[in-house]
Amino acid sequence: MESTITTQDLTKEIISNLSFEDTAPYSAYRKKALDAFHKTGLPDKKNEEYRFTPITAVLEKKINWNLENSESKISSITPFLINELDAYVIVLVNGKFSKEFSKLNQVEPGIKIKTLGEAWSTEKNLVEKHIDQLINCNNDPFASLNSALWQEGIFIHVDEAIKIKKSVLILHINDASASQIISHTKALVIIEREAELSLIEKSSSTGEENIFHTFSEELVIQENALLNYVKIQHDEGNLYQVATSAIRQSDNSKLNTFTLTLNGKLIRNNFNIVIDGENCESHFYGLYLLNGNTLADNHTVVDHTRPNSYSNELYKGVMDENSKAIFNGKIYVRPHAQKTNAFQSNRNILLTDTATINTKPQLEIWADDVKCSHGCTTGQLDEEALFYLRSRGISQATAKAMLLYAFAAETLEPIRDEVLKTYLDNLISERLHKNF
Amino acid sequence: MGKENQILEEITSKEYEHGWTVNLETEEAPKGLSEEIIRFISKKKQEPEWLLEWRLKAFRQWQKMAEPKWPNVTYPEINYQDIIYYSAPKQKAKPKSLDQVDPELIKTFEKLGISLTEQKRLTGIAVDAVIDSVSVATTFKEKLKELGIIFCSFSEAVREHPELVKKYLGSVVPMNDNYFAALNSAVFSDGSFCYIPKGVRCPMELSTYFRINAANTGQFERTLIIADEGAYVSYLEGCTAPMRDENQLHAAVVELYAMKDAEIKYSTVQNWYPGDKEGKGGIYNFVTKRGLCAGDHSKISWTQVETGSAITWKYPSCVLKGNYSQGEFYSVAVTNNYQQADTGTKMIHIGKNTRSRIVSKGISAGHSQNSYRGQVKVMKRATHARNFSQCDSLLMGDRCGAHTFPYIDVENNSAKVEHEATTSKIGEDQIFYCLQRGIDEEAAVALIVNGYAKEVLNQLPMEFAVEAQKLLALTLEGSVG
Repeated sequence: MESTITTQDLTKEIISNLSFEDTAPYSAYRKKALDAFHKTGLPDKKNEEYRFTPITAVLEKKINWNLENSESKISSITPFLINELDAYVIVLVNGKFSKEFSKLNQVEPGIKIKTLGEAWSTEKNLVEKHIDQLINCNNDPFASLNSALWQEGIFIHVDEAIKIKKSVLILHINDASASQIISHTKALVIIEREAELSLIEKSSSTGEENIFHTFSEELVIQENALLNYVKIQHDEGNLYQVATSAIRQSDNSKLNTFTLTLNGKLIRNNFNIVIDGENCESHFYGLYLLNGNTLADNHTVVDHTRPNSYSNELYKGVMDENSKAIFNGKIYVRPHAQKTNAFQSNRNILLTDTATINTKPQLEIWADDVKCSHGCTTGQLDEEALFYLRSRGISQATAKAMLLYAFAAETLEPIRDEVLKTYLDNLISERLHKNF
Repeated sequence: MGKENQILEEITSKEYEHGWTVNLETEEAPKGLSEEIIRFISKKKQEPEWLLEWRLKAFRQWQKMAEPKWPNVTYPEINYQDIIYYSAPKQKAKPKSLDQVDPELIKTFEKLGISLTEQKRLTGIAVDAVIDSVSVATTFKEKLKELGIIFCSFSEAVREHPELVKKYLGSVVPMNDNYFAALNSAVFSDGSFCYIPKGVRCPMELSTYFRINAANTGQFERTLIIADEGAYVSYLEGCTAPMRDENQLHAAVVELYAMKDAEIKYSTVQNWYPGDKEGKGGIYNFVTKRGLCAGDHSKISWTQVETGSAITWKYPSCVLKGNYSQGEFYSVAVTNNYQQADTGTKMIHIGKNTRSRIVSKGISAGHSQNSYRGQVKVMKRATHARNFSQCDSLLMGDRCGAHTFPYIDVENNSAKVEHEATTSKIGEDQIFYCLQRGIDEEAAVALIVNGYAKEVLNQLPMEFAVEAQKLLALTLEGSVG
């Protein structure tokens, strides 16, 4: 029972170090989330959702809750940007919005991008209608911790029937070269009817010290709207991250997502999609290419609450060295969601015998007229395919890289933006040592 | 749809046919659970000291444990002090042959369609019958003895083969394995014991028939099967219970131990009383079943057809310790009305080149909830382990649910693990295809359901396959919604 005690102690320790001004318009929301966090506490070993991800133990060991964040000394963000991608860039450094690095001048009409604090005074009704609605503070301790402690938030709003041409890039930079960093950031994105948006989120970190980062975002997709969403987790630093994305789709809306996880010490992604409309279409793709001691945990929930929608999920992973991957995909089909088509697939390759995969694809179905399936595999490269390539004079290493690349690149399929696709393709090639 | 609903109605209103009771005089322990009760059971059974100690140790561990809350089932809290832990049909002395067995008892089994008398020779099955908690009769013992096979009740084994029982009891399912296994270890009253010596292929199917007869009792039996090197045995288990308004608890433990080159095939047709149409009454079936493939090239195969019980909580597992050992799990689980089932398997790959195969078919109708929960674990040492799992769910009607919770944990890079699951209903196109060829709707549904479950039913021994098919047909045919 020792673990529970430390969990509670740690929860208390985190709470006791809190201070936030009570005057802000959102202090009531913070209080509510804090109460929820207090109630759930950090997850212990027995928590089913964190069974294979010992996050509480890791945080206890790695993070000192009494330390203040230091200022970042980063002078340029060019290395973190996506080459040649024409985008509005929002930069958050160590949990604070950086006006200096962000590129938000000449924003096209129909889209509003501002900090959440500012939006809370200018768009109070809209913000209060949506904030903390999709995120379940009572269930997920890190969501409630984030809702209680967020240092900076981003608010994005796309007007009705507006198709935003440029992508929006949210760049999270955590610089722990001077001291340990704890950052909590938040986003609220609302896409009104028939509007379209491409959103890219990139997390990068540097420095030798430890970083604990929580990020949670709520994305509301209204009727007939479209969201293309890409998340890139490419962290060189000692990052411990919990990222929560909660999405709600209304009638006839479309959603494409792609999550690429490459680095970090411990990465936990919670991806919760509520399909709350008819005739929706959703594609969730994910790829994790891990090495070193990285632990990446992808938890996805697709909740079909209304009839006639389609969802398709494909997550793939290649685990090298001592890395560890966890996948949990839940599909819920509620009693009234008849004629739902929901598919899920998780495929993994382990390259060494010190790498581990724990996967749990999960279907929960309460409607009878549905087509649902899930599949998952764990294996290694096809011996015959390798032999075929070798027999044509291709070296072992190249043949292996070719096959791994072919395995991984399938997940890039839903990405429409060519510049972005090339960038992602390069990242994958580099990781898999593809040099042909 | 009107006709289909009508058929569904008909089927769901069909009554449980094993719901009678027999007035057998029984000897019962007082209600409740305490060390005294355990001493009472142990004394009644004239057990040696070591077994009593073992029971008490299990009881003390059980007191420290908590009832598992993770299964996807809901039921009111069980009052463990309100259960009778020991109930035995009264017999004056231990019968020497079947002629001396209480005729009332024989009648009970004849009603069940299990004849303990010689006619069984025709089908060639040796039966051990367990009523309430006590083994009442074992047939064909002499014949099996000639081959060196020990097949008897658990208490007899304790008396006559204590060295075997002592060595293997709890070796596969430790007493503190889980809450219900610990409870069983403390209070188990009887069960079957089976030992197949080296190189012997058991010439007939061995079978246990379980029956809960008395009211307010729980049934806690324990089965232990040991297959020595190169031995083979096929074992069948069947169960029924009378209809009662209150829920009754059944917490059994089955341990299989397969040595080098041995093979054990364990088949179950579970037909406990499932409760009435409103979900009142029925058996809580909380069972721990596990097989250990201890030696190289050993094989354990579980086949189950689950149609009864208000709640089923059961995960027949294989621990594949020997190199090249094999585990199999074939299951059809049918739930109707307000039944709940959370069932599946665990395949733990420890040895090299181990293989496992899981085929699970769930069928839910009415207001029932049917869950598959399985784990495939490949340990670091288990190079070239191979697993294939398939779990399909069929939904009939829009008030039931089907859930799949597979856990796949792989720590070895040469392992190949595949899992597939689908959920669907009987397709209109499938029905249409049959109609087109002059097969009426009801027959078409029967055909499709039968085909759906065939892969599993085929694994059952002949005698059981017939019973299982009938059961399936009775519970479901035509109930497409």
